[in-house]
Amino acid sequence: MKKQTFDSKPAGPKPWYDPRVRAIFFQVVAIALVFWGGWVLIDNTLSNMESRGISTGFGFLDESAGFGIIMSLVPYDATMSYGRTFWVGLTNTLLVSAMGVVTATILGFIIGVARLSSNWLVAKVSLAYIEVIRNIPLLLQIFFWYFAVLSSLPSPRQSVDVGGAFFLNNRGLYVPEPVTQDGFGLVWGGVFAAIAAVIGIRIWAKRRQLATGAIFPTFKVGVGVLVLVPVMSYLLAGQPLEWDLPALKGFNFGGGISIIPELAALWIALSLYTASFIAEIVRSGILSVSKGQTEASKALGLPNGLTLRLVVIPQAMRVIIPPLTSQYLNLVKNSSLATAIGYPDLVAVFMGTTLNQTGQAVEVVAITMAVYLTISLLISLFMNIYNRAVAIKER
Amino acid sequence: MKNAKSIAVGTAMLCGVFTASVASAATTLESVKEKGHLQCGVTSGLPGFSQPDDKGNWTGIDVDTCRAVAAAIFGDAKAVEFTPLTAKERFTALQSGEIDMLSRNTTWTLTRDASLGLNFAGVNYYDGQGFLVNKGIGVDDATQLDGATVCIQAGTTTELNLSDYFRAKGMEYKPIVFDTSEQTVQGFSSGRCDVLTSDRSQLAALRSKLSDPDSAKILPNTISKEPLGPVVRQGDDQWFNIVKWVLSVQINAEELGVTSANVDDMLKSDNPNIQRLLGTDGDMGAKLGLPADFGAKTIKQVGNYGEMYDRNVGPDTPLGLERGINALWTEGGVMYAPPVR
Repeated sequence: MKKQTFDSKPAGPKPWYDPRVRAIFFQVVAIALVFWGGWVLIDNTLSNMESRGISTGFGFLDESAGFGIIMSLVPYDATMSYGRTFWVGLTNTLLVSAMGVVTATILGFIIGVARLSSNWLVAKVSLAYIEVIRNIPLLLQIFFWYFAVLSSLPSPRQSVDVGGAFFLNNRGLYVPEPVTQDGFGLVWGGVFAAIAAVIGIRIWAKRRQLATGAIFPTFKVGVGVLVLVPVMSYLLAGQPLEWDLPALKGFNFGGGISIIPELAALWIALSLYTASFIAEIVRSGILSVSKGQTEASKALGLPNGLTLRLVVIPQAMRVIIPPLTSQYLNLVKNSSLATAIGYPDLVAVFMGTTLNQTGQAVEVVAITMAVYLTISLLISLFMNIYNRAVAIKER
Repeated sequence: MKNAKSIAVGTAMLCGVFTASVASAATTLESVKEKGHLQCGVTSGLPGFSQPDDKGNWTGIDVDTCRAVAAAIFGDAKAVEFTPLTAKERFTALQSGEIDMLSRNTTWTLTRDASLGLNFAGVNYYDGQGFLVNKGIGVDDATQLDGATVCIQAGTTTELNLSDYFRAKGMEYKPIVFDTSEQTVQGFSSGRCDVLTSDRSQLAALRSKLSDPDSAKILPNTISKEPLGPVVRQGDDQWFNIVKWVLSVQINAEELGVTSANVDDMLKSDNPNIQRLLGTDGDMGAKLGLPADFGAKTIKQVGNYGEMYDRNVGPDTPLGLERGINALWTEGGVMYAPPVR
């Protein structure tokens, strides 16, 4: 026996037989291939575009746009840049998406719960709603609301007039716009004070309930505080608010806040459509909570409302959240159908007019895709954080 | 197995990407001849310019511009396939090689000529932007349109002209931008807009589509220059020349009095201009890579420019557009083609 055999460590496998080395090697190769493939595609595209005389680069974002947009949440006029049209489109997309998410969620929860109602009529009406709405293509529903419903409203001169302040016609819904005067800061102060007070009351009430079992009517008191404090501060500050009333000027209404029918049609259609899917998700979530939970809660003497709110819904949320996230993502992406009815969202403004006036399809489409991806990933992120908060805690 | 399959598909797709760029190396004329037909981008339906009838036959002045090119190449004006495109899609379709030429009432502007990798091969209709209004709103002139809601089609020079015009006049407007001209008309007829703006020829066409054309009128103002014409990709001068000269031959034919009816007699003409035009003298066709008699075939099958105009948009059609500035230069218009020699 030779001595050295005892001294040296047992010889490991040769590097190319070592599974760990091989795994790392192949992963590096795979990543290199992906990057190489991506680089070849980009380089090929750029050189082809250059050889065909198509302009490239992002310099166009600073050029002046020169076209008008009907609705904008950020200040915009035709002398501003193409980059600005991007923000106009983006904020319009976010606006209709946010409005849609809120109403679809509220409506979806109501219908989903109603679908399980023991009242035969309520349950069947919900069932009919879900089956009709979710089985008709969204684009048709948008057209229906836009061309069939909202376009048949009267013309501006024959507007539906509510008290000389609210007007409804085929150009939109016009409502008075509040214009704050000097001293309105006091009212804001009142609002924040009220919110802080309500949070304080809630914490105190919860502690007291845990300590003594006595229930404090947090909700009623909270509403009272939220209404009374701002109103008092408003009166105290000398009513520093004026209303800008809409009025017929020439062809259209001027002044006030207007909700254009394109926004309304898209919002209604997106909300109703997505609500029908959310309703089914809510139903599945509630049904996933075993009946014993309800029975136990009833045995403890909790009324129906509290049983739903404190026992069933919190457990159902665990099942509801993941598919609900998908519906939110769908809603945001579906909002790009805006282009069909002329609502100036990101796709209509930026990937439509801007792309066409500049001709820089590759850049504009890439930016637009990146934006939708970012919005979707952000929604996923927040929903996942929320999901982790409500998920079952393994102890 | 599944993996092997997806790798195969992936490789095939990658090869597709690379070969696509190789295939475009052949000249457009060669690839058109190989296909056996011309692929031409047109509107999705605009009376007088390009519109399919109930049997799927396309008619219109833009369609005839394509047919003339097909007649010049193949001696067969029917060897064309049409791709209906929205205003937004048209340039990408041409850039990507999906179509061989674009004839879709497209305005010739510097930006489009210089930055899109495209070339405008001439003008087949001189147009200008106007306004269509409902007679009920009591407007006689565009300067009374302050505060109006305006329906426009997306992706057109119209959007920019409109903005420029209202800004120059210090007036306000609210634009509603639709994807197709059908939706734009629907928006106008449903009362969503006070005004529909587009090129004047289009307004005449769209007005004829309204359920009651007499309820609307076109305002007298013309707020822009819109030279409309066929477009080709940059970088293939032979193809650019073919499209440019087929149109020029049609205009020259009208000037020389050659029509589809008399072209057979004209073949015996002693006039050297007509001989060169119809290919009985000289080798004009060969210089373009076309048959010698391409001019004769084009005029025989599609007609000269005047015939093309009268048949599609002229006074006897539903559009009823007078020649106006589209008349020949010899008759007070601006339609002028360089000589065939």
